[in-house]
Amino acid sequence: MSANPASRWGLRFLGLGYLTLLLLIPLVMIFYKTFEEGISPPLDAVTSPDGLHALKLSLIMVAIAVPLNTIFGIGCALLLVRRKSRFNPVIDAIINLPFAVSPIVIGLSLFLLYGVGGWFAFVSEEGLKILFAVPGMVLASIFVSLPFVVRETVPVLQEIGTDQEQAASTLGANGWQTFWKVTLPSIRWGVAYGVVLTTARVLGEFGAVTIVSGSISGQTQTLPLFVEKQYQNFNQPGAYGASLVLALLALVTLFAMNLLKRKEDA
Amino acid sequence: MGISVEGANKRFGDFQALDDVSIEVPDGSLTALLGPSGSGKSTLLRAIAGLEELDTGQVTINGEVATRKPPQQRGVGFVFQHYAAFKHMTVYDNVAFGLKIRKWKKPETSKRVHELLQLVQLDGLAGRFPSQLSGGQRQRMALARALAVEPQVLLLDEPFGALDAKVRKDLRTWLRHLHDEMHVTTIFVTHDQEEAMDVADQLVVMNEGRVEQTGSADQLYEHPANEFVMSFVGEVNQLGDHFVRPHDMEIVLDPDDRTQEGLVQRIVTLGFEVRVELVLSDGTEVWAQLTRAELQRLELREGQIAYLRSVQAKSFNGSSPSDHGASTPHGSNDGGDAEVPAAV
Repeated sequence: MSANPASRWGLRFLGLGYLTLLLLIPLVMIFYKTFEEGISPPLDAVTSPDGLHALKLSLIMVAIAVPLNTIFGIGCALLLVRRKSRFNPVIDAIINLPFAVSPIVIGLSLFLLYGVGGWFAFVSEEGLKILFAVPGMVLASIFVSLPFVVRETVPVLQEIGTDQEQAASTLGANGWQTFWKVTLPSIRWGVAYGVVLTTARVLGEFGAVTIVSGSISGQTQTLPLFVEKQYQNFNQPGAYGASLVLALLALVTLFAMNLLKRKEDA
Repeated sequence: MGISVEGANKRFGDFQALDDVSIEVPDGSLTALLGPSGSGKSTLLRAIAGLEELDTGQVTINGEVATRKPPQQRGVGFVFQHYAAFKHMTVYDNVAFGLKIRKWKKPETSKRVHELLQLVQLDGLAGRFPSQLSGGQRQRMALARALAVEPQVLLLDEPFGALDAKVRKDLRTWLRHLHDEMHVTTIFVTHDQEEAMDVADQLVVMNEGRVEQTGSADQLYEHPANEFVMSFVGEVNQLGDHFVRPHDMEIVLDPDDRTQEGLVQRIVTLGFEVRVELVLSDGTEVWAQLTRAELQRLELREGQIAYLRSVQAKSFNGSSPSDHGASTPHGSNDGGDAEVPAAV
């Protein structure tokens, strides 16, 4: 901490200026542009059948990918922290892959795997359509948002240590009871933060989903794909309106977590 | 009955935490595992609780072999050095945890929890969270939590280690009283010999993964099996291969054939007790414990020459600290007055 007020204010100015320039101004611009020609053009676009379908599809992605990645993430974090194994560094590196690899590459890899001639092409041949359909999009969403819960849970698990869990076991609790009554309540804010990040990522995912979905209006279009289509069709108010909905959904998620946390702390 | 461990071995990588350890803890006793850090005392306690698996050896609790049982089935209450409080639960819920796991009905749970909170003097604090308690209160809560399930044995791992000196002293007196009331077989781990001697009926002195000696505080103090026990349990001066307690060193002003010359370096008055530090002619630093009256009679000053006589010295020739398993004393000059050779 610097005691010099000039440098303190300078740092604040720099920090806030950076955030304003890079985050706030673009968001305000969207808000402004959306309603530039009144409320009806964006509203019409968002409430059109394709728009509503895109919203619904985005929420379905969240409803499937987030719970799955949460369960997987907690399990994986427990494995990494509580079960020491020499394979842990390898598992750790693999979990980070979705962060390192471009979403487009992820989309393409799924395309190759499930497409004609791919190793898993038989799944489609058996009747479960993966590509250009919801299952493929779900797979892509799970892939890109997989690391968040693990990454947020691992440090919290390390921090709480094993004392409480061992105390629970000497008091008669089995592994399952210990997990629900002791471990999970102790790591809940790490998990919650991971869930928020996962949700935001799934809602916003564009690259991987656009490849596997084919972006068919009213069928395989999530909100970000809908935004892009509107933008390309020169329906800018529609694109901005849908963007705003996306931004609002993310805000609601963050706000809900803060509200829960505040209620708990009170 | 009680607890017995036979031939326990435990290795962590290259580190031999337990090296063929056997102990017997009588039913209803209060036993201290005493030793420096890294001596294996905590590992032994955790092995008894089932929190650590032994490489080889057997743990028997009240006549039943527990070696392969998980901690849930051993009937042990365990208290951790850093409390291991369930931070997201109130004091009440912490203490009720084991009862809820055992599916006790609400009214009985409530009755038992309040009895225990009364016992540990936390009755008014049932609704608080652990973060709102002091260290001593947290540890008493942890003790109530462990006692709630009526364990056959109570195991405490450096229970007062994280507390300040005053609270430590109060709590250990309180633990002694509690044990006298409940008579549950108790083992506690400590590195503080004063604490161990103050509280325990039986002490097990450990070093480098082995048991050096087992006995009452008096036995260990009066008849230490080896050099390690003698120097760990109580203060000691080393004169060549002889060991003398500071209170067994006499200071006189006139030399004779049994005294050694020393230069008085420092005189420290600690209330009733006076600590006189001397340097012998060969450079050995020793200290003698006198009373105030003795000091006044001798009129000792720092910087003067005085003569030391050892009233009672021990040597452990041929027995090193690694000569373990012996619980009988074998000091060569044990019990009698002994001369310390003047030339070392």
